[in-house]
Amino acid sequence: MTDGLFELLLAVVGGAVRVGTPFLFVSLGECVTEKSGRVNLGLEGVLVFAAMAGFAGSWASGLWWAGVLAAGLSGALLALIHGVVCGLPRVNDVAAGIAVMLLGVGLAFYLGKPLIQPQAAQIPSLPLGEWLGAAPGSPAQAALAINVLFPAGVLLALALTWALRRTAWGLTVRLVGDSADAARALGMPVGRVRALATAAGGFLAGIGGSALSLYFPGSWSEGLSSGQGLIAVALVIFARWHPMRCLGAALLFGGAGALGPALQSQGISGWHDLLNAIPYVLTLLILVWTCSPTRTLEGAPGELNLNQR
Amino acid sequence: MSPLQQAAEGLALSALALLGGLLMFGLFVWVHGHDPLQAWMLLFKGAFGDAFSIQNSLQRAAPLMLTALCVALPAQAGLTVIGGEGALVLGGLAAAAVPYAVILPEGSAGTAVLMGAAGLAGGAWVALAGALRQWRGVNETISSLLLGYIAISIFKFLVEGPMRDPASLNKPSTRPLEPSWLVGSMGSWDVHWGLAFGIVACVAAAVWLSLSTHGFAVRVVGGNPRAARLVGLPANALVVSACALGGAAAGLAGALEVAAVHTAANAALIAGLGYTGILVSFVARHQPLAVIPVSILFGGFLAAGSLLQRRMGLPDASVQVLMGFSFLIILAAEALRGRLFKITGGTPAGTAPPASSAPGPLAAEARA
Repeated sequence: MTDGLFELLLAVVGGAVRVGTPFLFVSLGECVTEKSGRVNLGLEGVLVFAAMAGFAGSWASGLWWAGVLAAGLSGALLALIHGVVCGLPRVNDVAAGIAVMLLGVGLAFYLGKPLIQPQAAQIPSLPLGEWLGAAPGSPAQAALAINVLFPAGVLLALALTWALRRTAWGLTVRLVGDSADAARALGMPVGRVRALATAAGGFLAGIGGSALSLYFPGSWSEGLSSGQGLIAVALVIFARWHPMRCLGAALLFGGAGALGPALQSQGISGWHDLLNAIPYVLTLLILVWTCSPTRTLEGAPGELNLNQR
Repeated sequence: MSPLQQAAEGLALSALALLGGLLMFGLFVWVHGHDPLQAWMLLFKGAFGDAFSIQNSLQRAAPLMLTALCVALPAQAGLTVIGGEGALVLGGLAAAAVPYAVILPEGSAGTAVLMGAAGLAGGAWVALAGALRQWRGVNETISSLLLGYIAISIFKFLVEGPMRDPASLNKPSTRPLEPSWLVGSMGSWDVHWGLAFGIVACVAAAVWLSLSTHGFAVRVVGGNPRAARLVGLPANALVVSACALGGAAAGLAGALEVAAVHTAANAALIAGLGYTGILVSFVARHQPLAVIPVSILFGGFLAAGSLLQRRMGLPDASVQVLMGFSFLIILAAEALRGRLFKITGGTPAGTAPPASSAPGPLAAEARA
């Protein structure tokens, strides 16, 4: 029993990193976008579209990093569409996000049809388990193989924290997000900053997409994402628009998402559909706990059209 | 601009945007080496080409009308709810579950109980999203979609587990409904009664919104929540009731799909009808009466999807791509509102003096 419990714990920890990596990139992307005062609910569509494009890129070139790059660029492109449409007068960014979500998923399913069978070059992993002395073939070795994108994401979260606080670029994004009027008075191109921040967010979310299709189980299928992109958007609220707290939230949700499969491999079956709902329920509970009808959330960009009317 | 002109402009904008969506779709298939003319032809042939396809389109339009109401009614109260898929799935599940729990009368009385249960289940689910919005400030767009995923998980768990009919071997289903509870065709038409349910629901929603005090109050809350609070309207109750009514409509759609098409609840119910309903409601600008023709149009596109697949070898997601493009262009077209008739030369000269050239009282004051 203790062995089983240890294995379960290990599977959840390893799963937190594996499942959490796409969450991390999508929530960092949404964090950048929302800092500029815009919401992109379409990151769910961006995630699925980029997962398909990344798989196609890796499959066509045979290079995993080319796939990751293709995923990022295609995500940026789709998000840029959102950014441009939201820049038009009287366009509501929540509604546009829903449209981008449906469009991204539709395009991914259409273009991804020929990609369901083939195999593509995979994102390599860091054998953390071996470094810590786990025997080859042991569960610890399997659970502690870390997607190389994960440490990259941790560095990125650190870099974003610094850049948003210390660089002129970060200040511009935050000012545009907090008060468009003040930014305009200073002569900043508000629309352009937001469109670029949306595209940059799409690039990061796209990289998250490649973590879905090019790392365990590492194939393209239409059921690849069901709401991970949306959960990541909700995570940003929980993380109070802070990149480092996005990291913590992504790991928490990665662990929650890994719990179902981990319990199943421990022989608890028949419940997997309910266990798969844990991340959604957890997201909802956390939103209920974090949000408030009366006060603005601490750290929320002033121009954000998500929680106030 | 007069109300009539505004309505005409809205109609023109929607029509233009739909044409734009079709154009983008044609461009998209052309880039991928297919003939766009053939694709457009097949879309309309598959949708409205002959009696068979028209009946097929109407059949598919029925649930769209009801799931579109799940977006349109909360939208009238100012909320963007996109959880119709979850309410539909739960409604279907509730309809299939009632016979497990109680003994129902034969015939249409039993059907009525099934429909009622479905409406309650769907209504409660979407009302929850509205309540979380009003009392906890949780964004209803996110929460309703999350609730949708949770509903699908519950559905799969029950249909594949406790409620599974042992006779359904490779396709897990609940026990089939009694034949007398099923919803049949309307007369000699090959269209089930769900279409009548959809049309009646849309008309009833329009009457409720425009003629009843309660519906009017909902629109006031949606238009200006602060003003609503100032005149003492119970905003929370109104918003939640609009959500509940919308959810009930989507739940009814699920029950009709079960009772008229699948005869039992199974995974075929999770077909994205709730998501298509979002698009229908936006194209109809959240007006219940406009939902009827727009549903028929998109029901037609759904019906034509299989023809595109068979004749041109396009993937089954083609219609989804078409809908995605249309949705984006519909929203972008809002930018033209108020300018459309000026561009086409519709505004007679002299009726709208440019505001800047006429010195208003404020300008005079500033000069003084």
